[in-house]
Amino acid sequence: MQNTIRTPYDRVVMAVPVTIPYVRYSIESAQWWIGRALRSLVDGAGITPRDIDGFCVSSFTAGLDSGIGLTQHFGLCVRWVDTIPLGGASAIAALRRAARAVQAGDARIVACVAGDTNHVDSFRFTLENFSRFNQDAVYPYGAGGANASFALIARNYMRTFGARREDFGKIAVAQRANALRNPNALMKSPLTIEQYMAARPIADPIHLFDCVMPCAGAEAFLVMGEDVAASLKLPAVKILATIERHNAFGDDPVQVRGGWAMDVDELYTMAGVKPDDLDFVETYDDYPVISMMQFEDLGFCRKGEGPDFVRQHDFTIDGSFPHNTSGGQLSVGQAGAGGAYLGVVEAMRQVLGLAGPTQVKDARIGLASGFGMINYDRGLASGAAILAGPGA
Amino acid sequence: MIEPIAKPRRKNPLARTRLPTSPPHPRSRKSHGLTRAAAEGRFMLQRCGACGAFSYPARDACPACLSADLAFVDAPRRGTLLSETTLHVPADVHFRERAPWRVGLVAMDCGPRLVTHLHADCEEGRPVVMSFQLDKSGQAVAFAYPERETPNMTDDRQWREMTADPKFRRVLVTNGRSVVGQEVVTALKSAGASILFVGVAEPWKPFRGEEALRALEGVQIVPLDIGDEKSVMDLAADIGGKVDILVNTSEHVRAGGLLDRQGTSVVRDEIDQSYLGFVHLAQAFGPAMRARGADGVNSAAAWVNILSVYALANWPAFGAYSASQAACLSLSHCLRAELRPGGVKVVNAFAGPLDTEWFQTVPPPKVAPRVLASAIVSALKRGLEDIYVGDVAEDVRQRLAANPKAVERELGA
Repeated sequence: MQNTIRTPYDRVVMAVPVTIPYVRYSIESAQWWIGRALRSLVDGAGITPRDIDGFCVSSFTAGLDSGIGLTQHFGLCVRWVDTIPLGGASAIAALRRAARAVQAGDARIVACVAGDTNHVDSFRFTLENFSRFNQDAVYPYGAGGANASFALIARNYMRTFGARREDFGKIAVAQRANALRNPNALMKSPLTIEQYMAARPIADPIHLFDCVMPCAGAEAFLVMGEDVAASLKLPAVKILATIERHNAFGDDPVQVRGGWAMDVDELYTMAGVKPDDLDFVETYDDYPVISMMQFEDLGFCRKGEGPDFVRQHDFTIDGSFPHNTSGGQLSVGQAGAGGAYLGVVEAMRQVLGLAGPTQVKDARIGLASGFGMINYDRGLASGAAILAGPGA
Repeated sequence: MIEPIAKPRRKNPLARTRLPTSPPHPRSRKSHGLTRAAAEGRFMLQRCGACGAFSYPARDACPACLSADLAFVDAPRRGTLLSETTLHVPADVHFRERAPWRVGLVAMDCGPRLVTHLHADCEEGRPVVMSFQLDKSGQAVAFAYPERETPNMTDDRQWREMTADPKFRRVLVTNGRSVVGQEVVTALKSAGASILFVGVAEPWKPFRGEEALRALEGVQIVPLDIGDEKSVMDLAADIGGKVDILVNTSEHVRAGGLLDRQGTSVVRDEIDQSYLGFVHLAQAFGPAMRARGADGVNSAAAWVNILSVYALANWPAFGAYSASQAACLSLSHCLRAELRPGGVKVVNAFAGPLDTEWFQTVPPPKVAPRVLASAIVSALKRGLEDIYVGDVAEDVRQRLAANPKAVERELGA
């Protein structure tokens, strides 16, 4: 392990994990969902909107509004604002930026929010307007969103490393089992490996249960000084380490790893923990193949050992490797940018012992990761954070 | 291996005609460098003038060295298919009704990776050859096909969406009296066109080549005088719903410019025959073709104009004729835009002087009508939009790209 010269996140904490329960379709706007999340943050912290002096927001469906316009919409007077359009890496990035702002004294209490609506045509609109490379060189080929891109990545991964559909299925089936304990999960019925294998193909080798369901929802948390949390009597989450990387390994012909692989040593060095010390892991799971890659890139096994690692472990809440304990996006739903926050917010609940029916016993330290932006042929953004509860 | 497509049966007149839909068409401005390549059947990628790296998708700065010197240049077409997928549930209506649809990721030997449509005979891990094609929205898309020819290669379902192959299609050739018209009919017949409607004005007047033309199986001589609006409308009323490819072979060539002609009667004839003839045809046949752009194996597919290359730069020796051709060229771009919702291509074949009686006094090189006809069929099979036929046309194209002012001065010398 190498040394890190990065400043630790001393005396900065996260608090008030918020989830606005998802719905498949919503006639409300993204602003409505973000507004509900802000209100829950304020209520949960016992503060007023005036106490929020930093605001960080992510949304695919807020139309013309960025963070600045939303301050007026929600009556926030802040001295620090950020809009993070990093898709599935938005929560990790929000946490990193907000923590440093609080640490430097640029803000006292930062509200980090991701909220998206899902009208019947929202998803297609997002696909059509995703990025220039996507517009020029992916969408015209009939790719239904990321399905085709991940199909190309998954097929290559399967051929190269011997992963089988059953291995991906094991991840999805375990997450469904976890989701059945989460009242907010949109998926309510059990999923068997037989059902997974028999599902209809979407873009070979991606089948129905490899795909997330787009939905509406919001997720949020607060970042503040340790002293502020204490004065508000809020259970606080410590940030042991974070990493973030974009457009890594651009010369790999097909994506077989994410940017985590570049920074993973620093992640554990900064946190002062080893992968074995983690009580649970929340990966970004827009497709099971990406979770499998993260098992490798985040140091739980070596590159190419993902399939074996999956075969050896039980990924349910009470299993040998509790993973995506809320059910993940695959079974809870993908609420746009909220999907980036899902794992982070669940990790906060886990280390605070507030996860209720999905609680991993004695969870003290956990990892949450993010991945996003299939700009052209691969996901560009990656990030991860190791979080710890008060007892850790 | 691909099964040969079957000849379509007669259409059930009670069945609804499936309406055309377009694949997603928005593109960045820079990306139209690829549209130009596809229109001419070239395979071009951006290459950095500073460091030599090829890049894709279209960019405004080199990802290797950040230079802005990123010209589109002809690039090596060979690559390897890294991974493929079959889309069963595309998000977009156009592809949804064409699913399953195969796409892949190709690593080019020259560097970039291309997401691409796939010919059915492409195999993962094997070499492929790339082209840019104009899809049904008229925009450029990458297409990969096997390095070596495979049986029934051009019958591939996805390839046929990119082209206007005459096989099993019904064609209207507007002037069967001319040598060019007759050669076009013969070439389309060899390419597998099923019915060839051949327009002849005043059919009771005999003409050279008539017997051979009538003897060709599938040829139907139809009365057509494109300068006469009623004649065009009458024919469209008869056959407008079954013209899949229209080739306008009508020609009206007269020498001379402005000052040495007295009055406007010759000019008016040129405009009536060339420009207004085009207008009549477009108004009579265009709407039905546009509506039939997705009508099965023999959907409406292409409209072909034969234009003088002097549409692009006036040749004063045939100055008024050049101007009438320029008018037709301009109108062809309007027609192209209006036929695009139907996925119907407008092919412009630019030719230098033809080896026909109207260019009798012009020295060689001249374009043999047979060469022009075969170039048109090739353009339809390859799905091209702009072709330059013969040495003079190619010469003018290159000189215009280099310096249009030089072309003007030299043609007028």
